[in-house]
Amino acid sequence: MARRLNLWRWAVLGLAALYFLIPMAASVLFTVDVPGEGVTFDAYTQIVSADGFLSSLLLSLELAVATIAVVLLLTVPAVVALRLSAPRLRPVVEIVCSLPLVVPPIAFVAGIVTVLKWGPDHLSRTPLFETFVAVQNPDFPVVLVIAYVVMALPFVYRALDAGLRAVDVRTLVEAARSCGASWPQALVRAVLPNLRGALLNASFLTLALVLGEFTVARLLGFEPFAVWIYDVGGSQAQMSVAVSVLSLLVTWALLLALAGAGGRDRTASSRG
Amino acid sequence: MTATLTRADVAAAASQKRRRRAPGWLAVVPLLAFTAVAFGLPAVAMLNGAFTVKDPVSGTSSYTASNLSDSLQGPYLTALVGSVKLSALSAVIAAVLGLPLAQAVVSSRSRALREAVLTASGVLANFGGVPLAFAFVATLGNAGVLTVHLHLADHGWDLYSFWGLVLVYLYFLIPLMVLTITPALDGLRAQWREAALNNGATGVQYWRFVALPVLAPSLLGGFVLLFGSAFAAYATAAAMVGSAVPLVTLQIADALSGNVLVGQENVALALSLDMVLVAGLVMAVYLPLQRRSARWLDA
Repeated sequence: MARRLNLWRWAVLGLAALYFLIPMAASVLFTVDVPGEGVTFDAYTQIVSADGFLSSLLLSLELAVATIAVVLLLTVPAVVALRLSAPRLRPVVEIVCSLPLVVPPIAFVAGIVTVLKWGPDHLSRTPLFETFVAVQNPDFPVVLVIAYVVMALPFVYRALDAGLRAVDVRTLVEAARSCGASWPQALVRAVLPNLRGALLNASFLTLALVLGEFTVARLLGFEPFAVWIYDVGGSQAQMSVAVSVLSLLVTWALLLALAGAGGRDRTASSRG
Repeated sequence: MTATLTRADVAAAASQKRRRRAPGWLAVVPLLAFTAVAFGLPAVAMLNGAFTVKDPVSGTSSYTASNLSDSLQGPYLTALVGSVKLSALSAVIAAVLGLPLAQAVVSSRSRALREAVLTASGVLANFGGVPLAFAFVATLGNAGVLTVHLHLADHGWDLYSFWGLVLVYLYFLIPLMVLTITPALDGLRAQWREAALNNGATGVQYWRFVALPVLAPSLLGGFVLLFGSAFAAYATAAAMVGSAVPLVTLQIADALSGNVLVGQENVALALSLDMVLVAGLVMAVYLPLQRRSARWLDA
């Protein structure tokens, strides 16, 4: 009985390993084994010098940093305040932060496109028009940061909420306050260090989301990393696959670091 | 009793003091204001656009339900049905395949195996989008490694088809299922199995009459989550099949970028509204199920 169970288990695991490893192995093979040229690593060496690689990667990283900063600045004070003095608002915030889950990215971007069209259509004579132009600056599209913050909200809120559940915020703050700390001091030096794991978790989830995001950026006409891979794919198949392999390795590294940092919320942003 | 009273008194006094200095809800205002603008505006614009048509001659717009009825006809309906079919099918297959995989991990005593599979699932569940599509194109596409070496094209294999997409979607749906169902499998007590076996049940009977009924809410919840995930996916399909397979996300993208016909933007918004309704339905089913299965885990 035990022997049969073991056989069955290894069969299942083996089949799964085959299904999940073959595309990886084949992709690597595809990039190094060029028909007519033999084994070559050109696809990988070309990446760095490729047109748009550095600029798109930098743009994605900048967007990620900005998104993480904004989303944490918005949510951290809010979730702490909800614990301390406004518990009645908690269901409201919970619902608001979960709403983006109901709107798929493609539907969200359809709404954003419509709003952005109001700029030229209705507001061209008002000072608001300048704002509309400014948020769409291709060097640093603020509109993407805004969109990504909304898309990251559900995951960040859940990560922080789970982290706070393990911390007695009220006692921490009252202790800090009675030792003479001001409100900001109590928050930064007593509460935040206890939330380190949750903050890291939330940041990594947001980072993974922004680095892989394609839908919103493409339909708004910007070219961060994921869109660049897509654009390259049309002309240089080998290199686009090489970049895909690399980006998977980066994601692995990121999420392994996340697992190492003690995070456990693994279902971040599976929406392709 | 006295002790609790005093503590409550102190807490009340403390919260009164706080309220005078800095009302707590002030810290929540930026978050709510931000979502009202960044999420509320696009949502309202979508709703509004889905119900308006602009007369091309006079330029005036009027409210109508014609966009919505257009979005449920012809090629748009085909795309919507295609998306639902693709998502439902991939979700069922992923759920059926993910369950034994998760069970193989849970029933193994090796902690290393368990950690490895769960971490890998966490990574793979997040590995959607363009890189995934390209990895599969390199493997099973027209010039893919396996296609060429195994001469799959001679057997009628085509990655850029409905079943090709299913195969690719499984790559992130199965890991998602493993992540979703593992806590529920952990909640199955060894005693239940022993009790069933002691009463003369076979292994199959144990699964049929004990384990699966207990797992049913989690399984259904997992399926619904996978469905929503597949339904919303756009990048993978766009990078892989272009528009060879009719999907609602691809239709919306085409209509938004004016690829098909000018003036279809509002139908795109109506289609988006259809998607939101489906996704909302998914959530409405998922959340109660999740709560229900959470009860088993705590018990």
